[in-house]
Amino acid sequence: MTTHVAPGAPGRHQATAPAPLVIRQRRTPPTPYLLLIPAVAALLLGLGYPVYWQIVTSLQEYGLAQQFGQPPKFAGLDNYAEIFGSSALWAVVARSVVFCLVNAFLTVGIGLLFAMLMRAVSTSVRIIIQVAMLLAWAMPLVAAVTVFKWLFDYRTGVVNWFLSSIGFSGMDGFSWLSQPLTFFFVATMIITWMSVPFVALSIYAGLTSVPEEVIEAARIDGAGGWNITWGILVPMIRPVISIVLLLQIIWDLRVFAQIRLLQDSGAPVSETNLLGNFIFELGIGRQNFGGAAAVSIFVLALTVLISWPYVRTLLKEDAA
Amino acid sequence: MSTMTADRIHTRDVARTVHAPNASKVRVGKILLGALGVVVAAVWAFPVYWMVLSAFTPNALLRSKTPNFLPTHATLSNFQEVVTGSGFGSALRMSVLITFTTLIAVLAFAFLAALAISRWRFRGRKSFVLAVLFIQMLPAEGLFIAQYKMLSNANLLNSVIGISVLYVAAIIPFTVWMLRGFVAGIPAELEEAAMVDGLSRTQAFLRITFPLLAPGLVASGVYAFLQAWNEFTVALVVLPANDSQTLPLWLRGFLAASVNKGVDWAQVMAASTLIAIPVIVFFLFVQGRMTSGLVSGAVKG
Repeated sequence: MTTHVAPGAPGRHQATAPAPLVIRQRRTPPTPYLLLIPAVAALLLGLGYPVYWQIVTSLQEYGLAQQFGQPPKFAGLDNYAEIFGSSALWAVVARSVVFCLVNAFLTVGIGLLFAMLMRAVSTSVRIIIQVAMLLAWAMPLVAAVTVFKWLFDYRTGVVNWFLSSIGFSGMDGFSWLSQPLTFFFVATMIITWMSVPFVALSIYAGLTSVPEEVIEAARIDGAGGWNITWGILVPMIRPVISIVLLLQIIWDLRVFAQIRLLQDSGAPVSETNLLGNFIFELGIGRQNFGGAAAVSIFVLALTVLISWPYVRTLLKEDAA
Repeated sequence: MSTMTADRIHTRDVARTVHAPNASKVRVGKILLGALGVVVAAVWAFPVYWMVLSAFTPNALLRSKTPNFLPTHATLSNFQEVVTGSGFGSALRMSVLITFTTLIAVLAFAFLAALAISRWRFRGRKSFVLAVLFIQMLPAEGLFIAQYKMLSNANLLNSVIGISVLYVAAIIPFTVWMLRGFVAGIPAELEEAAMVDGLSRTQAFLRITFPLLAPGLVASGVYAFLQAWNEFTVALVVLPANDSQTLPLWLRGFLAASVNKGVDWAQVMAASTLIAIPVIVFFLFVQGRMTSGLVSGAVKG
């Protein structure tokens, strides 16, 4: 910290002071562009073209006939009109948004608490927590859903056994996955269980990067643990928190596989579909590619809308 | 300057004396927090423990009303039947090939891009960052029909290269953003000091910054590995053939096949364990390097 350039240093230094080691030149050298080529090419190939196809298809009549080789007809906004006129879509949208926000905030809240806990405990306990987090984080999605199906199995699952042995006798043989509300409870358990480790470890990494001098200075000034936590630590790691919250919101809005795999156990599909599943059913199930593309574009717009404020924060952080 | 230092030492001593009487209270709190930490860890690890335990338990025992929480009747027969069953070998091979193709491409491409955006200010930089942030949000479920069409036109369905292209594109944005943070987090003072001592910019980067970036590269690599290894949705769509299934697809099929004859949870858990174990081993292997505080140590010294 003592090596900072003095404020009165020559102009060139002043320009680079806020973002260290950034090379600011009148004429940009070709190097950064060359460095970007592989990444940009991969993105254009794997995502750019599909997005383009998606937009074109959402404006076309792309039904079964086209699947068998007929050229698609331009349909304008017909697909959009048809999809947004149906109340089924809006029920799915409301369900998805509520599910997404509940899961994202729950995950980040628990993750923040766990990170604080890891900072407060001794090294050995912290390593135990980290190993447990890594175990959960490392679990492949399909394996995790499968294990939770086993835990919540209505006949011999541990959860029903545990609940009925602590006094909820009605839980014996309770079928969690056959009613929407408990279905989503199990889905939330799975998603939170799987995503908290990433959040907790990221926030913990942020916490360890807070210079010890700052905390020491606050302690000397008489700040207690509570004040240090909420007055210094949390504000200093806010960039990390907003990144993980942003990512959780994006990821939880497009939850698909967990729901799909849980539905395998006989849940009422139309009452448990989220947006991703709705698109899957429309596109793959009913071969309505135009409609599926239209809903996809809508999902994209919704995602951008929800996360725009966060992206702006990130851009500001990037510019700083 | 010297008076300030003396002052600080003095204040620190005072602070220490003030805090001394609380020491026992602090210790009790520390123990309670430690206990809470252990409970949290146990709850979080339980599903994994239960999976492994069930995998080693005969299915007849799993059907009993009262669960058995200790491995008293451990057996390997579940694993035997799963491994010798159809599809496991080819699914494993497919998963390994796809994951490592993706991992190498993602790390190389994202590292270069992260360098570009964190060490240079150039025209189009902001657009690229914005694109990275927004691409990250594209819902995979909204694109898989288009991606299926693209790969089928290129005759790349059921191929390692085809799905790897999709994975690389999907994983790069977050990896770039993550690595950008790590590159920007390397204190400029270190590299500047090395340049003052006579190294060129390239040398300073390779000998000072790059080693410090290792934890960042490992963290990003772990992220990319997990994404590719665990991916289910896109694989479901672009790998329709039975003999090109990845492990997640194979596991789902395994459970579905088991449903008809009343789920054999012991075998299903053995299958899940087989999928999860390499990931967990890999994780524990890199865990130490992920938690190293190299950078803070360098700055403080």
